[in-house]
Amino acid sequence: MAHILVVDDSASMRQMVGFTLKGDGHQVVEAADGALGLQCAKAEAFDAVITDVNMPNMDGIELTRQLRGLPNYRFTPILTLTTESSAEKKAAGKAAGATGWLVKPFNPDQLLATVKKVLG
Amino acid sequence: MTIDMSQFHGAFFEESFEGLQIMETELLALDVGEVDSEIINTIFRAAHSIKGGAGTFGFMNVSEYTHVMETLLDEMRDGSRPVTQEAVNALLSSTDVLKGMLEAARDEVDFDEEGAVKQRAILETILLGENAVSEQQTAESKEQTTDEVGAGWLIQFTPFTDMMLTGNDPVRLLRALDELGEMDVKIDLSALPPFSEIIPEELYVSWGITLQGGMTKAEVLDVFDWVDDACELHVEPLPQHDKSDSVTPSEPVNVKLASPGKTKSAKAAEKSKTPVKKSASSEATSIRVGIDKVDEIINLVGELVITQSMLDQAGEDLEEQAEAQGKNKNTKILLRLRDGLAQLERNTRELQEGVMRIRMLPISFVFSRMPGLVHDLSGQLNKKITLVVTGEETELDKTVMENIGDPMVHLVRNALDHGIETPDIRTAAGKPETGTITLNAFHQGGNIIIQITDDGAGINKERVLAKAIEKGVISESDNLSDSDINNLIFAPGFSTAEVVSDVSGRGVGMDVVRTSIHKLGGRVEVSSEEGKGSVFTIRLPLTLAILDGQLVTVGKESYVIPLISIVESIQIDRANINVVAGKAEVYKLRNHYIPVIRSRQVFGLPGDKKDLHGALMVVVEVGNGHAGIIVDDLQGQQQVVIKSLETNYRKVETMSGATILGNGTVALIWDVAGMVNYHQKKLKQGTSTIKLSADDADNEVA
Repeated sequence: MAHILVVDDSASMRQMVGFTLKGDGHQVVEAADGALGLQCAKAEAFDAVITDVNMPNMDGIELTRQLRGLPNYRFTPILTLTTESSAEKKAAGKAAGATGWLVKPFNPDQLLATVKKVLG
Repeated sequence: MTIDMSQFHGAFFEESFEGLQIMETELLALDVGEVDSEIINTIFRAAHSIKGGAGTFGFMNVSEYTHVMETLLDEMRDGSRPVTQEAVNALLSSTDVLKGMLEAARDEVDFDEEGAVKQRAILETILLGENAVSEQQTAESKEQTTDEVGAGWLIQFTPFTDMMLTGNDPVRLLRALDELGEMDVKIDLSALPPFSEIIPEELYVSWGITLQGGMTKAEVLDVFDWVDDACELHVEPLPQHDKSDSVTPSEPVNVKLASPGKTKSAKAAEKSKTPVKKSASSEATSIRVGIDKVDEIINLVGELVITQSMLDQAGEDLEEQAEAQGKNKNTKILLRLRDGLAQLERNTRELQEGVMRIRMLPISFVFSRMPGLVHDLSGQLNKKITLVVTGEETELDKTVMENIGDPMVHLVRNALDHGIETPDIRTAAGKPETGTITLNAFHQGGNIIIQITDDGAGINKERVLAKAIEKGVISESDNLSDSDINNLIFAPGFSTAEVVSDVSGRGVGMDVVRTSIHKLGGRVEVSSEEGKGSVFTIRLPLTLAILDGQLVTVGKESYVIPLISIVESIQIDRANINVVAGKAEVYKLRNHYIPVIRSRQVFGLPGDKKDLHGALMVVVEVGNGHAGIIVDDLQGQQQVVIKSLETNYRKVETMSGATILGNGTVALIWDVAGMVNYHQKKLKQGTSTIKLSADDADNEVA
């Protein structure tokens, strides 16, 4: 199955997302903020990245932008987790190169459905 | 897939309480009238995380409440809402509300919503503005336009050449559309360049799609939600033969991204590049591990330390033996063994220190509770107070920290309530109007010292003395030093406050403070100068896993007395021994009489000397006074690894734990307070056996 990077500064969200994805047979690597996520992404190749938006050190928008600048991540699905369903935030994510988003709160089934969508 | 979400609750509560702490600290750091977007952003982020988690884990009241706070913070952040004291106060009170909600959720008890509703109303009043209203309206109107259900839709989908660079794949979109209904697709290859010019990463194809079924336009647009800025998209109702006239052709939806969005996010990106504050960088390099994992390692390292000291002992014995035998052909091996053991000892010690440090957290976690407290209370009491905090980076054990919070809050409240005077009294006394409370922490030896200093009225010794005599804590004939008198305030049920205020409660509590600190193996004392202020000094062990102990011998056994409770060790002079009330022995130490406890008697060992002249007595501090415990012999002082008796055996009144010594034997660690209690109980039983048994009978009947 897929190798997925989960970036969120909230440990409980990381646990929930990680647990759900692992339960679906994926391999998961977790990072606690954007800067750490970027390090992880540089260190190994991921099939998809799921990132929170509001994070210390480097937010999810900037992480997305930086990832898109890496040769290995030009086409990689990047999903942002956001509580803002406002157009502005989505636009910012898209402008940075995010594939799509998942609006919090979401349940494990919604997460899996969305991941399935991008992994095809 | 069903997942038990409650397994993540622990982590959620932990991070939410941390988030609340951050919010509180930062709110207090916020200057009214200024937009410090860095600080507001930190607060916003904390609220935001709590909201997201609460929603996900089903704590809807928390999520809804945080949403209101977040809206306010968001407006403060972008400058559309001034940072007023009113708003800051409302947000501060809201953190308390959230704390209550979260605690209730964590403890699975009902939460009293009344206060929350009130507080939320205050927030909403502040928020009442045109912004919120207009936003709601636009959201509604948008909903209406996309709600129509048609017989089907004609979709013209022309992705921009770089659409795949967002990770979106047109094939996926077509598949999603297919799931909505019956689909007919026409591919338009007209834009396809000559083969030699094709760039494989780009898209040149567009699609004309006929989709039939009972889906709404919103559902169709939803599929393209992620790519609406990366393609040209027209969605029109499918013309129908019978109703084609009545259907008004809706306008083609062309959803290209407006450019302002781009510039805004570019700004956000620039901002996030700027270095963040110190506190944020410490988060970056940390990982979160369950405390049980750490404790397991600490326990194993404890075992390792014990093994190491056993090996050390064996090595020494071997060397002694070799020396006694004179010439020995194994000298070289012995030397190597000694080197190896020395190295092992060093490494073990460093390992132990390193592992202990994992459990250590800066005391700022506790200190950060205080600014809020001082802020609230000084308002309530009409006092002007500056709080100065130093040494907040000083680290101590997590468990010690968790248990020192409440006693410290109590002491700070006490300093505010009874220490610092009101501005008029201060001015009259020639002091600055604003009082100062200083919190300080530092390491000293193997202990952490926390000092709470105020420049208030100090302790009124005459009043304390009078009260103590009245309450029977001391007798009039007692000859007490100034320091002794000051520390009487820790006696049970002692209070000199003339007016019982809401703040420090009913004056009980200083003894509770001391008991809590004693439970942590610590000590608290106060020094005070009338008119100038008081200093409360708390001395705590850095960790609960190891202990500095004094090894003593009683009978054939070795015991450990915690060094922190030992005042001194002396050799008894017969002239100072007195026997009162038949059996109880007391010893005159300088000007005081202290009870003498014969450890052999406590343990029921035979062979106790009748005449104690020349015997060794360890003077320990217990509760409000001192006691002397007779031991057979004093051995060395040593750091020991504490093993719980309760988990390995059961609770023993006179012992706080056990340890394993270098020679492999088990030594029990004394609980000196328990020893004294036990001794006193035995004394009472000895003199009033009949009365006690009568009580017992009564109890049985009752």
